[in-house]
Amino acid sequence: MANGTIAKKLPSADQILEPSPFQLMMRRVLGHAGMTFGGGVLILIFAAALFAPILSPHDPYTQDLTKRFLDPVWGATGSWEHPLGTDKFGRDYLSRMMFGARTSLLIGFSAMLISGILGTALGVAAGYFGGRVDIVITFIITTRLAMPVILVALVVVALIGSSLTIVIWVLGLLIWDRFAVVMRAATQQARNMDYVAAAKALGCSTFRIVLTEIMPNVANALIVVATLEVAHAIFLEASLSFLGLGVQPPTPSWGLMVSEGKGMMFFKAWVIAIPGTALFMLMLCINLLGDGIRDVTAPENRN
Amino acid sequence: MLLYALKRFGVAILVAISVSIVTFSLLHVSGDPAAAMAGESASEEDIEYVRKHYGFDRPLAVQYVDWASKAIKGDFGQSIYLKRPVAGILAERAPVTMTLGALSLTFALVLAIPLGVLAAMFPNTIIDRFALTIAVIGQALPNFFFALIMIILFGVWLRWLPISGHASWLNFIMPSIALGYYATPAIMRLTRAGMMDVLSSDYIRTARAKGLKPRVVLFKHALRNAIIPVVSFSAVQLGFMLGGSIIIESIFSLNGLGSLAWQSIQRSDFEVMQAIVLTIACFYILLTFLADLLNAYLDPRIRVA
Repeated sequence: MANGTIAKKLPSADQILEPSPFQLMMRRVLGHAGMTFGGGVLILIFAAALFAPILSPHDPYTQDLTKRFLDPVWGATGSWEHPLGTDKFGRDYLSRMMFGARTSLLIGFSAMLISGILGTALGVAAGYFGGRVDIVITFIITTRLAMPVILVALVVVALIGSSLTIVIWVLGLLIWDRFAVVMRAATQQARNMDYVAAAKALGCSTFRIVLTEIMPNVANALIVVATLEVAHAIFLEASLSFLGLGVQPPTPSWGLMVSEGKGMMFFKAWVIAIPGTALFMLMLCINLLGDGIRDVTAPENRN
Repeated sequence: MLLYALKRFGVAILVAISVSIVTFSLLHVSGDPAAAMAGESASEEDIEYVRKHYGFDRPLAVQYVDWASKAIKGDFGQSIYLKRPVAGILAERAPVTMTLGALSLTFALVLAIPLGVLAAMFPNTIIDRFALTIAVIGQALPNFFFALIMIILFGVWLRWLPISGHASWLNFIMPSIALGYYATPAIMRLTRAGMMDVLSSDYIRTARAKGLKPRVVLFKHALRNAIIPVVSFSAVQLGFMLGGSIIIESIFSLNGLGSLAWQSIQRSDFEVMQAIVLTIACFYILLTFLADLLNAYLDPRIRVA
């Protein structure tokens, strides 16, 4: 076959065209098994949360006391009408799971944003200015680390009264320590680079140097910490809700669902297994994504 | 060494003071202790009376100094619910939490250090992968869910272990695992990274070239140096465990500080909550202080700098 031999000798498109940075990035992402898995499952959870009002088979708040504790499809009393069964008030478990994902993600991201802004500001200031500023901020970080997060969050939420907004603010104002520690170290490294000296020599303002020289160079570390803190905030929300001081019923929350199912767990283990496994998967995938971002964006791992 | 210790001690005291200020003001700003004490059915006059009687109407700074000067002498006030001195209640409950914390940390270290060492000795093999998988799973598993799974599995189905109370040492097995495993991934990674670093250093090559037994090289030369960061990290983790014990103790009905905190929150027992937060914070500060000293002792480079 003349055609075939010619085609074999011709270089493929990839050899002629340099792959674009985006293509290179995609290749690294897809070559990273953990990141592909984590990212993929996260997209599913996001979609379930985002489209919960459309996708959920039932209203998550409608009670039907004639249908209490129906098994999931695979159980004895299960049916496709309630694929994941029903809870102690006969509410559809699948629908509550979907709306619960909204609670987890909303709290995870909002608390991460608050703590991220606070922690990054403190960390970058400490790392960039050094000296007395560094001493004072390091002291603030040490003080914060000495305060037990769950305990303080519980007490404060119990005293103010718990609601979604309060849980977000309390968590956001408590968990900025890792942002501050990591950003401080990353900024200390970036500050001594030649391009920062060059920007200073050009007469750039401090604000501008921080924004255009420092920030892009600490962005990798920032993104990695941000993903981990989303998982951390989700875990803390679930713990608070599990103890009854986080999100208040009837709002669906995975931690609250585990807590509500606790009394029934010896007879029907799925009642806690479903929300518990979902929490585990969500945190696992966020962590995998975070690890993946760290591996993929680290310049020393390229090629 | 003495100078370093004194310096470090000064910082610890300052941190303790600022933590107490933050805790005190946080709690007083978040809630009205007078309203909490008077109870839900109290009238305005009742609350006002309680406020005057207990001195909550004074400026916050005055209240703080009053409270702190008593707290230093070990007087944390009276529990409004139990009608007893808070210090006595804490002293009763503390041993259970301390035992739980110590056992949890032991569990975490016993699991994490051998795994970390093995992973570092055979990087990128199936052992390394196995250790990494455990770390990734451990980091993502919420401890209250893991505790409930263990209760169902070992307490109800297999009936191996008691599920509540603190009557015998058997009662501490599940709570220690539930509280301790969360620290395992981080300790393991730290051990692995430290060992990898040390194993590729010149003095290990020298030790091997001298013909020392692999066991001696590994434990006497390598692990000793790799373990230094693990020491201070473990202290930090123990501090976190004491704070996190509130969840585990309430699940397993252990009568420690954690469940006391949980009960006090439900009873609006303000003085007790405040004292517990401060006690655990101070314990954390003490732990990190001791860890720093131990580190300086183990690694002379630290105390010189």
